[in-house]
Amino acid sequence: MADHIATGETPLITGGKTPAQVTADVFGPLDRKPTWLWYAAFLLAASALIVGVVSVTYQIMTGIGTWGLNRTIGWAFDITNFVFWVGIGHAGTLISAVLLLMRQKWRTSINRSAEAMTIFAVICAGLFPLIHMGRPWLCYWVFPYPNFRGPLWVNWRSPLLWDVFAIGTYFTISLVFWYIGLVPDLATLRDRARGLRKKIFGFLSFGWDGSARTWSRYEVACLLLAALATPLVVSVHSVVSTDFATANLPGWHTTVFPPYFVIGAIFSGFAMVLTLMLIARKVMNFEDYITMKHIGAMCRVIVFTGSIVGLAYATELFTAWYSGSEYEQFAFNNRMFGPMGWSYGIMVGCNVIAPQFLWLRKVRNSLPLIFIITLLVNVGMWFERFVIIVTSLHRDFLPSSWTSYLPTWVEIGTLVGSFGLFFTLFLLFCRFLPMIAAAEIKTVLEHPERDAKDADRRAA
Amino acid sequence: MSCRLRYGAFADDRDLLDAARECQEKGMPVRDVYSPYPIHGLDPLLGLKRTRLPFVTLVAGATGLALAFWFQYWTSAHNWPLNVGGKPYDSFPAFMPVAFELTILFGGLATAFFLMARSGLFPGSRREPVHVRVTDDRFVLVLEHRDASLSVEDYESFWHRHGAVETWSEVCGCNR
Repeated sequence: MADHIATGETPLITGGKTPAQVTADVFGPLDRKPTWLWYAAFLLAASALIVGVVSVTYQIMTGIGTWGLNRTIGWAFDITNFVFWVGIGHAGTLISAVLLLMRQKWRTSINRSAEAMTIFAVICAGLFPLIHMGRPWLCYWVFPYPNFRGPLWVNWRSPLLWDVFAIGTYFTISLVFWYIGLVPDLATLRDRARGLRKKIFGFLSFGWDGSARTWSRYEVACLLLAALATPLVVSVHSVVSTDFATANLPGWHTTVFPPYFVIGAIFSGFAMVLTLMLIARKVMNFEDYITMKHIGAMCRVIVFTGSIVGLAYATELFTAWYSGSEYEQFAFNNRMFGPMGWSYGIMVGCNVIAPQFLWLRKVRNSLPLIFIITLLVNVGMWFERFVIIVTSLHRDFLPSSWTSYLPTWVEIGTLVGSFGLFFTLFLLFCRFLPMIAAAEIKTVLEHPERDAKDADRRAA
Repeated sequence: MSCRLRYGAFADDRDLLDAARECQEKGMPVRDVYSPYPIHGLDPLLGLKRTRLPFVTLVAGATGLALAFWFQYWTSAHNWPLNVGGKPYDSFPAFMPVAFELTILFGGLATAFFLMARSGLFPGSRREPVHVRVTDDRFVLVLEHRDASLSVEDYESFWHRHGAVETWSEVCGCNR
């Protein structure tokens, strides 16, 4: 099989689709009953979600003492999961915003589901700070509201507060951007449906009629939102990285953190998008829409960002050595060769070495191999956060307080539950909303008959 | 003067573009065009002006920025000054991240609301599409028939010439 993207000849959407066929392919599955595969996946995801609900309920009723934290390691699983999910949530907006500004037309096949993935991942991420507050019923204390304690305002100099605003804005803008993109397709759903479904989608589609005046404004609005979302994406994980970088702890106190976190987030997000797309194109029969060309393009992004992540790891090591600070040097020595060195090994193996195989055309054309690599990247990126957080903490300045860390069943149950929530939401999305932006796909279709007619007319 | 709306549905967006071009050349007033996706090159033919949306975004973003800086300054240096690690009360560099996020939030929400307000999009709107397949694969051109020198037959031949697959008409409510 030839490499698709290099030739630049193959169409974005294969199978010579007409607009009517696109409508039938994208909206058809929503009219039918889901397959047994969907039910099986949903059952699995919902079960994982229940595990999470049980763990979190037990933890909130009992207290944070149910976790494996100790006096040396005050931050471990919860914040690892938080950073992991925020990172996953970066690819969607990157695909929809940055690639829109760069006029990368291949994004149209994947942007809808990538944006949905972003929203669900940010929901998962947002739950963790809520859970690790210990007293989630006081969660509104993070907002600056007039109160009877002074009024005592929030501390604007704290990166944790910046997080509240960054994640809140990111979630809101991603949701708005996603929904605006969804409106024309919701109108298609409305016009295909009858009875109650027609009423529901009529309500949700805002009375969309496809007028040229609306389209003209709509396209400008999408560009503007993309232009706003692009720096937003960069800011969100930069702000998350300052949770660590503004601390004085060796291993955290690094200026390379913001770009290092952002590129890692894009890397892990793309890996998750590719994991989901490989499953979705098979289950939903979207092989003509998510083609080898799209998969190849995403593989290239993964190799590129994975290599930058490798560079960031090397930069950290170089800085530790070059700084001459013995504490900094100890932190990294301990990270690589200490009792938790195995986690550093997993991180480098999965994030730096595994994606390098995507340079090979044979690997890029093999779906099972790509699938395995994306799974490895997901695992590796989870471990990256674990390594940064736990190995920097567990051996501090006083050897008498050195400890180790083991997660309890509550923490593992919460992690499982977050995956359950993510996949439950994603499966519901596949079931009830169009997974592919049909209105946008119709703009990138090829018209072989029409082009032939034009050629005839020119010849005559 | 009586006015009728003449509708022509096309199966190909390029046929509609040709028809719209002829309308512009002959001065036949076009009411609107309805399509399943944006047709590029249509806006100048319909005489649509560029939207003022970018201006709205700019003003809203600037408002968010100013409001965020002012509020952070007011709360931490004026209303209840609190010494945090010996840092100055007006720590403007530290106020930047929140100010940046609010710039984006205000700009983005204003863009979305302005789009909805100007296009009459709102949840629960009862507006019906002109043709049930206009969100699928039909492109509808709507002409205002006011010129008495043009007959029904002129319109029929116009639609036929440009390959309209379906035509209909209705009495115009207003006389713009």
